[in-house]
Amino acid sequence: MDIRVSETPFDPGAESNAFLDRGKAAGAAVTFTGLVRSLPDDPIIALTLECYPELAIRQLTAIATEAVTRFSLADITVIHRYGRMLPGEPIVQVMALSAHRQAAFDGAQMVMDYLKTDAPFWKKETTATGEHWVEAKSADDSAKARWEA
Amino acid sequence: MKVLYFAWLRERLNLSEEDIAFPPEVVTTGDVIAFLAARDEAGALAFERPAIFKTALDARIVPHGTPLADAKIIALLPPMTGG
Repeated sequence: MDIRVSETPFDPGAESNAFLDRGKAAGAAVTFTGLVRSLPDDPIIALTLECYPELAIRQLTAIATEAVTRFSLADITVIHRYGRMLPGEPIVQVMALSAHRQAAFDGAQMVMDYLKTDAPFWKKETTATGEHWVEAKSADDSAKARWEA
Repeated sequence: MKVLYFAWLRERLNLSEEDIAFPPEVVTTGDVIAFLAARDEAGALAFERPAIFKTALDARIVPHGTPLADAKIIALLPPMTGG
């Protein structure tokens, strides 16, 4: 298990290759990468993530451990950046390794669904008209809740 | 006790952390929020909806109403928006 929280940019391709190299015989690997979004009708200039690093590491480790146990994952990596980022830059990467694809998909998705509401990161968008904090979405609570059934 | 504020809460209070010697009636994490809400106008506005905040004692998230006990740091966390 590899859990990292850092202000330093990371290279999603290199991270994915390193993850596969470590566990290629396992059978199935899923990678999710979250990127800074800027859509034509809602463009942003930058995204700044605030973080409580010590708590973030603890929360991400707990979430990843739960996913490993629940889906019998062979390995998991979670990388989350904070600080200022530009559109297209990677924010988060979750990689799950398993003997079968469904467990790898489920493990990666569960980690992302929990991370959205339970890991201490806060997004602030900078647009042409100013800055604002991104509001928490009830859809994110619902996405997490389905794993708790 | 050291108190940490994050994101828009930090901005509304114009403060990222402070040391507070709480009076003896402040026993739980909920009491801390009530204390800060009653302290001044900025606190009253910032903690208008106290139930939305999570709290961490010594960098561990705890349920609402947990006793502060011997904790050295309390962090007040607005709804999280990572990922």
